[in-house]
Amino acid sequence: MEVTFQLLRFDPLKDRQPHWETYRVELEPTDRVLDGLEAIKGQMDGTLAYRRSCAHGVCGSDAMIINGRNRLACKALVKNMKEPIRIEPMRGFKVLKDFVVDMGPFFEKYRAVKPYLIEKEARPQKERLQSQEERERFDDTTKCILCGACTTSCPSFWFNAGYVGPAAIVQAHRFIFDSRDGGAEERLSVLNNQEGVWRCRTVFNCVEACPRGINVTRAIGEVKKVIAKGGR
Amino acid sequence: MAVHQFDAVIVGAGGAGLMAALQASQSARIAVLSKLYPTRSHTGTAQGGIGAALGNLETDTWEWHMFDTVKGGDYLVDQDAAEIMCREAVDTVYELEHMGLPFSRTPDGKIAQRPFGGHTKEFGKAPVRRSCYAADRTGHMILQTLYQQCIKQGVTFFDEYHVVDLLTRDGAACGVVAVEIATGDLHVFHAKAVLFATGGCGRMYKITSNALTLTGDGMAVVGRRGIPLEDMEFFQFHPTGIYKMGILITEGARGEGGILRNGKGERFMEKYTPTLKDLAPRDMVSRAIFREVREGRGIDGKDYVHLDLTHLDPKVIREKLPDITDFVETYLGIDPSRAPIPIQPTAHYAMGGIPTNARAEVVADEKNTVFPGLYAAGECACVSVHGANRLGTNSLVDIIVFGRRGGKQVGEFVKKASFTPLPEKPLEQTEARFAALKREGGGESVFEIRKDLQEEMMDKASVFRTEPDLTKMLQIIGDLKSRYSKIHVKDRGTGYNMELLEAFELGCLLDLAQATVTSALARQESRGAHYREDFPKRDDANWLKHTLAKINGQRVTLSYKPVSITKFQPQERKY
Repeated sequence: MEVTFQLLRFDPLKDRQPHWETYRVELEPTDRVLDGLEAIKGQMDGTLAYRRSCAHGVCGSDAMIINGRNRLACKALVKNMKEPIRIEPMRGFKVLKDFVVDMGPFFEKYRAVKPYLIEKEARPQKERLQSQEERERFDDTTKCILCGACTTSCPSFWFNAGYVGPAAIVQAHRFIFDSRDGGAEERLSVLNNQEGVWRCRTVFNCVEACPRGINVTRAIGEVKKVIAKGGR
Repeated sequence: MAVHQFDAVIVGAGGAGLMAALQASQSARIAVLSKLYPTRSHTGTAQGGIGAALGNLETDTWEWHMFDTVKGGDYLVDQDAAEIMCREAVDTVYELEHMGLPFSRTPDGKIAQRPFGGHTKEFGKAPVRRSCYAADRTGHMILQTLYQQCIKQGVTFFDEYHVVDLLTRDGAACGVVAVEIATGDLHVFHAKAVLFATGGCGRMYKITSNALTLTGDGMAVVGRRGIPLEDMEFFQFHPTGIYKMGILITEGARGEGGILRNGKGERFMEKYTPTLKDLAPRDMVSRAIFREVREGRGIDGKDYVHLDLTHLDPKVIREKLPDITDFVETYLGIDPSRAPIPIQPTAHYAMGGIPTNARAEVVADEKNTVFPGLYAAGECACVSVHGANRLGTNSLVDIIVFGRRGGKQVGEFVKKASFTPLPEKPLEQTEARFAALKREGGGESVFEIRKDLQEEMMDKASVFRTEPDLTKMLQIIGDLKSRYSKIHVKDRGTGYNMELLEAFELGCLLDLAQATVTSALARQESRGAHYREDFPKRDDANWLKHTLAKINGQRVTLSYKPVSITKFQPQERKY
């Protein structure tokens, strides 16, 4: 079937402003939007730029706005999309070329929440024990692939680029609720300020945007509660 | 030309590269270069688990793991290295847990373990629970955990720096050349040691589980500098890729009780491997599927079979296999607890690669002479712990164990070594290569040549191979290479010129395909993943040896070296 795409193109060397271009490519209904981009790039216009790698929703490279919503191009099937399929870069980061945005600030915020286990006791000879219930407690937030879809769908983030953003809070949650971690206080002090969790207005865009099905708003709410209680 | 100087550079930021970085950065100034953001690396797609004889649910020993690895590899495994891997697997898994990896847990809070293909107790008697897992996203958790630790330790990263050449002088490594993808600028990294951890090259095949970026750059870059590539004819096809797409469905699905069925609804693996059935090693299961299809027992006579999970408790599917449930729902519109999954074998893993010893030092000839300052670990390397066919879970064991060993070795080496001076014109080869790709007037496209390569490789050099097919394939590669010389990259830009970099990647694939097919044509026997219909038996008298394929411009020349056999003498491989 012939599928029509409209892509918001931008090349900083040539363009002052982004502009829409239309492309028609032959695809199968079961193809991914990413397959469409690969076809356009391969057969029609090699200058098209976007990031992609695993092509099945695990590496987090190809988040972009597809028909008005943040999605991974490799997890959106052509047959489920209304035509023309309109694609724009994620909102809130500097666009470097076409759908490639500057992820630097995103990873800076990720690093700010100390996204690593802060071990509270010396390492045993074998594994630390953790019950299945304790492990389940933070299961949802271990799924995060750092694609940026949640953060760049958040109105609070659009209006205030200083906001640490949902993705970083999800990462913090993954450790705050891990029974093996002793760093909750350090992380909560990062999150309990003006640019932290209180910027979240529970708009739920992040939940809708997350390609991994993480209940991001609930995770943020749980972090808020811990802060309000003064500890886990 | 920007020149950076570090004690060591690590190329690639998947499991092997990050593990090496964690070790080496404890004592040395190192930089990690990756053409991706580290968390995009393909380690993150590994699903079912990492094998280690923890014995959390039943008795297990590293000797059994070693035996399975050697037998699984059809006795082409270097047993000294396999022993190291299976022994050290146990402590490295504990180390991952200590770093924070959220393993699934047993009812008493230990690391959970599940059965996996070819992993047995008591030297082949029955399946054993050895695969340590975090649901079906074990690789994702390994990649995340290692990256987290690198952040904690302050490792220096150059994200989106695409390494395109290895620099050597007087027979020693002295650095690499990288394209800064954001600007297109060339950078020289001058270093005492270089460790490659760039992963595999599955994109030479049409149906593959591999990421679009798995184009074997590291293998090709090293191979072009005169280091022969080892055992490239052994390429693993994973039996259960989603039909037509190749997306991996973990062997853990069969570990949890999933069954393969043909068009008649028969559990056909019972015929081929009566003891292990659906949990036989991958090479055997993939061949069985091809045979069923060839003999008309595919689903509706087509080229696929079913992976049936419908008899499993939906709770098990939901809790232990959530990601593959999501893939199947997303891409096929199927609920795996209600309908069987259409699958076909998918190109998955290169057993071959850059030859190394068990210290991850690159060895450059038949006598295993160390190439000073050069290291490799993970899928791009060939230690060889996988021999002719890798067991499931052992890729993760490999990256962690040999990434760690490589990182330690690099740390030790740079303490004593001094910098080898850079070659006089370090950019010479890179500039010539890119100038050729940008030359006007060719008119050939990356897309078309790549598509032809992938389709032909799938047809002529995948699970079943014959001399006529392989001979034809070599001719085709020759033709594709001459078309490649007429490529014209249209993107004239500098930043994020992905067309130019994809053209570079295609060049790597072509060289590696040539090494693969040349090695496969020469090996007149069937062993592990290399199955020759015209030579269907294993031939230890003539072929119990490693292939070394040297890339000399347009030609590939072969030589051989012996296999290390310590504990287990070769015997017939039955399951």
